[in-house]
Amino acid sequence: MNALIILAVMGVVMMFSGLLLKQRSAVRGVALIGLFVAIVLNVMETYGFHLFKINITGMMYFDRFSLFFNTIAMGCTFIFFLLSGKEMEKVGLQYSDYFALIFFILCGIVLSSSFSSLLILFLGIEIISIPLYILTGSDKRNLKSNEAALKYFLLGSFSTGLMLMGMTLIYGDSGSFAIETITKPETKPSILLIAGLMLLMFSMAFKASVAPFHFWTPDVYDGAPTVFTSFMATIVKAAVFIAFLRLFYVAFGDIHASWKMVIAILTALTLFIGNITAVFQQSVKRMLAYSSIAQAGFMLMAILALNSIGTEGILLYTTAYCLSTIGLFAILVKMKDYTFDGFNGFAKHQPLLAATAVIFLLSLAGIPLTAGFLAKYYMLSAIIRNGDFMWLVIFAVLMAAISVYYYFRVIQAMYFKEGEGQAIEVSTSFKWTIGVVAALVIILGVYPQLLFSWFYF
Amino acid sequence: MIALLLILVPLLSGVLTFFIKKEANAKGWALLSSFVTAAVSILGLTLLNKTELLQFKCDWLPGLGSTFSLRLDGMGQLLCLLTAISFPLIFISTWNRQYKNAHNFFALMLLSQAGLMGVFLAMDALVFYFFWELALIPVYFLCSIWGGERRIAATFKFFIYTFVGSLLMLVGLIYLQSLTPDRSFNIESFYKIYFAKGRQENWVFWLIFVAFAIKIPIFPFHSWQPDTYEQSPTAVTMVLSGIMVKMGVFAVIRWLLPVLPHASYAYGEKMVAMWTIVGMLYASLIAWRQNDLKRLIAYSSIAHLGLMVVAIFSESQIGMQGVMIQMFNHGINIIGLWIIVEILEKKFGTRKLSDLGGLAQKAPVMAILFVIIVLANIALPLTNAFVGEFMMFTGIFSSRISSYELITVPLAGLTIIFGAIYMLRMVQKVIYGNTNELTENATDIGPNEKLVLGIIVAMIIVVGVYPQPFLDLTKETTEMILKEANVLPF
Repeated sequence: MNALIILAVMGVVMMFSGLLLKQRSAVRGVALIGLFVAIVLNVMETYGFHLFKINITGMMYFDRFSLFFNTIAMGCTFIFFLLSGKEMEKVGLQYSDYFALIFFILCGIVLSSSFSSLLILFLGIEIISIPLYILTGSDKRNLKSNEAALKYFLLGSFSTGLMLMGMTLIYGDSGSFAIETITKPETKPSILLIAGLMLLMFSMAFKASVAPFHFWTPDVYDGAPTVFTSFMATIVKAAVFIAFLRLFYVAFGDIHASWKMVIAILTALTLFIGNITAVFQQSVKRMLAYSSIAQAGFMLMAILALNSIGTEGILLYTTAYCLSTIGLFAILVKMKDYTFDGFNGFAKHQPLLAATAVIFLLSLAGIPLTAGFLAKYYMLSAIIRNGDFMWLVIFAVLMAAISVYYYFRVIQAMYFKEGEGQAIEVSTSFKWTIGVVAALVIILGVYPQLLFSWFYF
Repeated sequence: MIALLLILVPLLSGVLTFFIKKEANAKGWALLSSFVTAAVSILGLTLLNKTELLQFKCDWLPGLGSTFSLRLDGMGQLLCLLTAISFPLIFISTWNRQYKNAHNFFALMLLSQAGLMGVFLAMDALVFYFFWELALIPVYFLCSIWGGERRIAATFKFFIYTFVGSLLMLVGLIYLQSLTPDRSFNIESFYKIYFAKGRQENWVFWLIFVAFAIKIPIFPFHSWQPDTYEQSPTAVTMVLSGIMVKMGVFAVIRWLLPVLPHASYAYGEKMVAMWTIVGMLYASLIAWRQNDLKRLIAYSSIAHLGLMVVAIFSESQIGMQGVMIQMFNHGINIIGLWIIVEILEKKFGTRKLSDLGGLAQKAPVMAILFVIIVLANIALPLTNAFVGEFMMFTGIFSSRISSYELITVPLAGLTIIFGAIYMLRMVQKVIYGNTNELTENATDIGPNEKLVLGIIVAMIIVVGVYPQPFLDLTKETTEMILKEANVLPF
C-alpha cells in the first residue's frame, strides 16, 4: 500500500523534475532514489511494518504473493533504470516524462497484482496500458514507432472493451465485483458467468500476448523504441500474468473444470506459435518478441495448475524471465545492427558482455544452473503434481528444445563465427551492473530458496 | 567428504582457470588439479569401509523434495576412478598441442570433469539431472570453439539430440517424484515406488530411456556421434567417448533397472536388445568400410557400447559386473586409441587410412603399444576387455534373452568377430605395408606419449590378469541393484 502511494507521488514528481532539473543525470538520480524508497517500503510491508495505513477493504488486498511480486517488479525496474536509463535519452526530448510514465505503469502493476475487486483490476490494467501506448509511440519521427503505437492502441482498446463486457456479465450473474464472492462452489455456473469468464480470459490473454491473441506483439515490440520494448516485454507482461493468475485462482478456481481445457489449448498454441515463428526470425529483437510469446506459454501453466507449486513457480519464473530479458535487451540497445549477423565476433570485442549474454540466453532456454531452468522446472512440476494434462508437459518440453535453436544462434554468432564485431561503448558501471544481474541469475538457479526465504513467507 | 571433494576440486580449479591468462600456467594448473582429483579418487578406494566418509548430504531445495546427496558406492568408485585417471592422461598426451585461448579450454575441460563426477555420485534425481546437463554444456562449447571445420553444425546436432533426451528424462523424473511416498527425489524413495501393473510404468520408462539411449548411443539415436567425434578436438573426443557415453550405461543401471524393473526387463530384453544388436552389426559394417580413423573408432564404440546395453538386461550378476568392469576398460582402451590417432594426426596431418602405412619400421615403440591397445579392444585373453566381454557373454547366455531370442546371441557374437576384422584392418593399414612419401621420415613418439601409452598398456594387462579387486568393488552394488529389481532371491 505504502509503495503504491510513493509510486503515484513519484510519477507526478518526475513530470515536474524535467522543468526544475536541467541535468539529465539528476533526473535519473531522482527516479532511482524514489524507486528505491518504494522498494524499501514494500519490503518493510512484507515484514509487517507500515508507514501509514489506509482502509482499502474490499478493493485491494496485499498478501505475501502480491507484495512479493511488487518487490520483484520494482526491483527489476530498478535494474532496468540502472542498465538502460541512459539509453532513454536517445529516444526523444521528453526525458523526464518517460520516467513519469514508467512510474505510472508501476502504479498500475501494483493495482493489478493486489486487486480484490474487478474494478481495481480494470483500473490497474488500464493504468498500465495507456502509458504504454505513449511509450510505444515516443519515437515521434519514426514511422514504425507511430504505426506500432496506433496498432497497439486500437487493438488494446478493443480488448479493454471485451474485458469490461466480461465484467458486466459477471456482475449481472453474481451481483458483486469482489473476486471472492463471484462463484459459489456448490452451484453449477450459469451461462452468463461462463460467457463473462471467457471474455475476461480472452482479454487477459490479449494483454499477455497469448496465442491466438498475439498478433500485435511482434509488431509492437519491434516498432517501439528498444529501451521500452525491454520494459514492456518483461515487467509489464509479468504483471499481467500475475493478475491473470490471481483472477483465475481466487475468482474462478472453484469452477476450474469449465475453463481448464481452454487454457490448456491456449498454452499449447502459444508454445507452438511462439517457438516455431521465433526460429525463422532474422533480427534478434524480433526473435526476442516471439520468444516472449513462447515464454508466456510456460507462464500460463501456472494458471492451468492452480496449486502452490504453480504460484511459487510463477514468481520465480517472472523473476528469472525479467532479469534475463532485461539483461539481453540492455546489451541489444547498445548495438546498431539487430540481426544475428550483427553479433558475429562479439565475444572477441566484449568478452564480459558476451559471457553475461550467454548466461541470460541459457537461462531463457532453461539450462540447469540458471534461474530459467528452475522456473521451467516448477511449471512442469506443478502440472505433473495435478496428474492431468501430461500431454501438455511433454509437448512443452519438446517446444523448449526447439527454443534452444534460436537462443543458441546468438551464442553461435558471438563465439563461434568470425566477424567484425560492432564497436560499442560501455561504461564500467554498466559492466558491473550487468555482471551482478548475471550472477543473480546463476544464484537463483542454484539456490532459489534465497529469494523465497527473504521475501515470501 | 571424499564424494564432495571429487566434484569440488575440478569445479573450483576449473573456475579459477578462466582467470589464468598465461597458457603454460593454465596448462600446468589444470594438470595439477587433475592429479589432485586422481589422488582423491584413489584415496576413496582405500576407504571402502568408512561409508560416512564416502557420502555427503545437505539440504538444497527442501520445497521441491531434493537434497544435495552424493555417495560413492562400488559402481560409482569405478567410474569416478575412470574419470579421475583419464583427465591426467588426456592432459599429458595432448601436452604439446597449442590452443587459442588455452585458459578457457582447460577451464571448460575441468568443468566437464566436475559434471561427470557429479553424475556418477548423485543419489538424488534432481542433482543427477543438474550434473547430467553440467557435463554437457562445457563439452558443447569445447567442440564448437576448438573443433574441426564443420564443428558448429555437428555439435549443435549433438546438443539438440541430448537436450531433447534430457528434457524428456526430466519429465519422467518429476513424474516419478510425484509417485514417491514422501515426494522426494532421493534414490531410496525412488526404490519404494510401487506401480500398479499397467501402461504408466511403460511410458515413464520410455521417457527416461530415450535420454540414456541418445547418450550411449543406441542404434536409431546414434547419428550425432560419428560427426561429433570427428569434429571435436581429440582431447574432447577422449572425454566424450571414454567417459561421457558411459553416463548412459551407468544411468540405466542406477536409475532405470532398480526403479522401473518390470518395464525395464519387459522392453530391455526384447525390443532394446534387438535394436541394439541390429545397431551393433550396422556400426561394425560401417566401421569396416571407414577410411577416416576417427570415424572408424566412433563406429567401433557404438558396437562395443551396444554389447554392454544387451548385457545390462541379462538379469544376472555376472553379466552386470561384466558391464561395470567393461565400462572402465572400454574407457581406458578407447582413450589409448584416441591418443594414437592424435599422434598420427599431429605427425602427418591426416587421419586417412589410405595415406598411412609402414610405421612399424619407423616408429617401433608406438607400433607395439598400438597393437597391444588394439588387441585389448578386440578382447584378446589376458587383456582387460576379455574379462569384461567374457563376463557379459556369460550373463547373456544364461539369461532369458538367449532362451527366447535364439538368433540374437550369435549375432552379438558376430560383432566381436567383425570387431577383430575392422580393428586389425586398421592396424594393418596404419603400421604395416610399405612406407609412402608421407610416412617415410616418421620418427618415434616422444617421452610424454610413451609414458601415457605405457600407463594405459600397464592397466590393460594388470586388469586383464588380475581383475578380482574390481569385481569385489562392484559386487555389493550389483547385488543391491538386482535385489531392488527383484531378480536375485535374497
